[in-house]
Amino acid sequence: MLDFPRWKVISISLLLAFGVLMSLPSLFFGESHKYWPTFLPDETINLGLDLSGGSHILLEADPADVGETRLQTMEESVRAEMRRANPRINIGDISRKDGVLSFMVRDSTQVDSAREALLPLTTGAGLTGQRDWDIEVRDDTRFVVSPTSAGLENAVDNAMDTATDVIRRRIDEMGTREPTIIRQGDTRIVVQVPGLEDPEALKELLGKTAKLEFKLVDFEADPNAVTEGRPPVGSQIFPYPDNPSGLPNIAVKRLGGISGDKLTDAGQGFNPDTNEPVVNITFDSEGGSRFARLTQNNVGRPFAIILDGVVLSAPNINEPILGGSAQISGNFTVEGANQLSIALRSGALPVELQVVEERTVGPDLGADSIRKGMIAAIIGTAAVLAFMVVTYGRFGFYANFALTLNLFLILGVMAIFNATLTLPGIAGFILTVGSAVDANVLINERIREERRRGRRVVQAVEVGYKEASRAIFDANITNVIAGLLLFIFGSGPVRGFAVVLIIGIVTSVFTAVVVTRMLVALWLRRTRPQELVI
Amino acid sequence: MKLLKLVPDDTNIAFLKWRNIAVAISILMIIGSMALVAQRGLNFGVDFVGGQMIRTTFTQTTDAPITELREKVGALGYGDPTIQRFGEPNEVSIRMKLPDGADQDPELANTMADQITGMLRTDYPDVRIDGVDSVSGKVSEELLSKGVWSLVGAMLAITLYIWIRFEWQFGAGALFALFHDVALTFGFFALTQLEFNLNIVAALLTIIGYSLNDTIVVYDRIRENLKKYRKMDIIALLDLSVNETLARTVMTSLTMLIALIALMVWGPDVIFGFSAAMFLGVFIGTYSSVYMAAPILIWLKVGPDSFVPPETAGDKAEKIGGPEEVG
Repeated sequence: MLDFPRWKVISISLLLAFGVLMSLPSLFFGESHKYWPTFLPDETINLGLDLSGGSHILLEADPADVGETRLQTMEESVRAEMRRANPRINIGDISRKDGVLSFMVRDSTQVDSAREALLPLTTGAGLTGQRDWDIEVRDDTRFVVSPTSAGLENAVDNAMDTATDVIRRRIDEMGTREPTIIRQGDTRIVVQVPGLEDPEALKELLGKTAKLEFKLVDFEADPNAVTEGRPPVGSQIFPYPDNPSGLPNIAVKRLGGISGDKLTDAGQGFNPDTNEPVVNITFDSEGGSRFARLTQNNVGRPFAIILDGVVLSAPNINEPILGGSAQISGNFTVEGANQLSIALRSGALPVELQVVEERTVGPDLGADSIRKGMIAAIIGTAAVLAFMVVTYGRFGFYANFALTLNLFLILGVMAIFNATLTLPGIAGFILTVGSAVDANVLINERIREERRRGRRVVQAVEVGYKEASRAIFDANITNVIAGLLLFIFGSGPVRGFAVVLIIGIVTSVFTAVVVTRMLVALWLRRTRPQELVI
Repeated sequence: MKLLKLVPDDTNIAFLKWRNIAVAISILMIIGSMALVAQRGLNFGVDFVGGQMIRTTFTQTTDAPITELREKVGALGYGDPTIQRFGEPNEVSIRMKLPDGADQDPELANTMADQITGMLRTDYPDVRIDGVDSVSGKVSEELLSKGVWSLVGAMLAITLYIWIRFEWQFGAGALFALFHDVALTFGFFALTQLEFNLNIVAALLTIIGYSLNDTIVVYDRIRENLKKYRKMDIIALLDLSVNETLARTVMTSLTMLIALIALMVWGPDVIFGFSAAMFLGVFIGTYSSVYMAAPILIWLKVGPDSFVPPETAGDKAEKIGGPEEVG
């Protein structure tokens, strides 16, 4: 017991000093530590949204949605391939149902060449050479194209990656500080924005797919059929809420349109004639020339501006638009036009996302929680410290010293890992205070006991530490098990609690057993007491 | 300096004398808790049933107009809200179930929140929206099943650990004590109708950890005494072990309670339920390690031979502590 080698003392002291040093930046919330000399650490603990205020939003994509879009693209590719084949292959009776595309080849002698033409469409991009689609021919002429599960998985995965990027761009455009955007699992994205005052605007922005299309209006369509939702051949029907003619729908030509992925820029502006808010857009060179061709060939006819499957407006083409830039009008407010331009600039989401969980905490409540949490932590810790000294005297002091160091260490370790402190985390912190002394209580009670049994001072201390260690070890392992399960299955703030709990258990065992043992050993060696007040 | 001693030296309380009565009472309490949960149910928060919770503070009035709020929110046509004070009388939470069909179309839930906050802002200009929690049905189901699994998993993993470190009887005893603690805490929440949310699952797991802490300290001493006093009657031995660790039990429970009282009185309102659950858990956990975890060892016939083969080898290896004779 008395034998506590110098190298141990030095390494323990260094470790403690390091831990305390790492905790310091976090204790100076705000920017003050930025002015410290550069050799000092500047990693800090992050404050959770429940303490700093802000929004946590969990978005989820429907994989079926990705499948549907993919099937739609497949249909277009199939049509294009069949048209391009030489001789042209006539197909018909195309349908997309239950995630499967099927069509008939009209001339049964062309089945083999049709299969040949389709084959390149079925293998995935990349080097793996996996098949993204299966082709099957039924009843001699009916082709059934169905996605393989690997291909679909891959597509969903890519769509989610793109969606994450798009969301990051959109939030950056909003000018919010330090957002966290993380993909979670297969189909989810977590968005955390600290200090956000208005989560509605954020949700509005993230909920927009922002798929922009320009299509020619089928002005020959029968208005009655359009109202009833029956599209003429070669056209499709879209809702048009602001239709000046009062009809709820409008028919547009299926082919020959331009989509919004050819944009290079978008910005809010005003229509010089009416002074209404509009969105100015600029095409890239390919989009610009296609747009020029489209407008040149259709002067005097209307074209529809379609956003996320809804027609915004359908202006007449007064003259060819050659410069590659255009204007979208559509009954906007300034704010709405601004949001649309942000969404257009950052690109379309490849998949529709829905908000499945939202947690917003106002900055006032967050500040209030921090204040109350700090007060509770200070009062609780002070009371426990006082209680320990009253009960165990000198050994209580040692335990308190260890406990105080422990608090710094928890903060230091959390800072090293850039962990997030949440409200339940503060509770975990206070709880650690309550239970960290348990190890010292066990040791001290054991020393008392051994003294009562007549052991000499040094031996009593020795046995006390040794016998108590077993129970301390077992008890803390079980707590770590509970903490780990809390971390694995917990979500959000509960995880924050688990992190503090686990770190607290590890550091408290170190300080309560190793550090106090060192202090006691140094004291025993120096004074060689015959009596022990404990 | 005279030091404080809460528990006198060498107590000799016959704890185990009351074991049959205590276990009978405990079983009745467990049954009672289950009945309460079955009959009144738990006041699940939006974490577990889905829906929305809007937290507000009325900055100009001292009392929130709860009755009026209930009528006004109810008039929006989404069903009756659950309106509760939490913390100060001017702070209320408004809880709404998800509107019908919200699982297919989350927009509906959004619209509902907008309408409620819109109404609050126009009708009560002094209202401050402190927080909005909105959880869809799918996510809440996941949270609930994850919560249940973390509880079950923790209980089993801990039992397994104790079984490996001690003997199977000890594992069974610990599991029984844990079941007791969890059941009674559920009963407490059914009785008080305090909101049962994710934080409470965290509290439950902490209670499990704490209760285990206590049980293990007692078990460790029982194991030690079993090796030391090979002839002693098992009941006397359990009593001795509980008495020997009594001072520690009281001290640790007190420091925990001190910390928890600080949390309940001065801490943020949002974690009041959490602190209350923990506070209760300290009592239940301490009680169960004496009256649930220990008596089972008698019935499962733990004796001095339980630790003989592996532990004698260990004892010989320990040079410093060594087996001792007590005079």
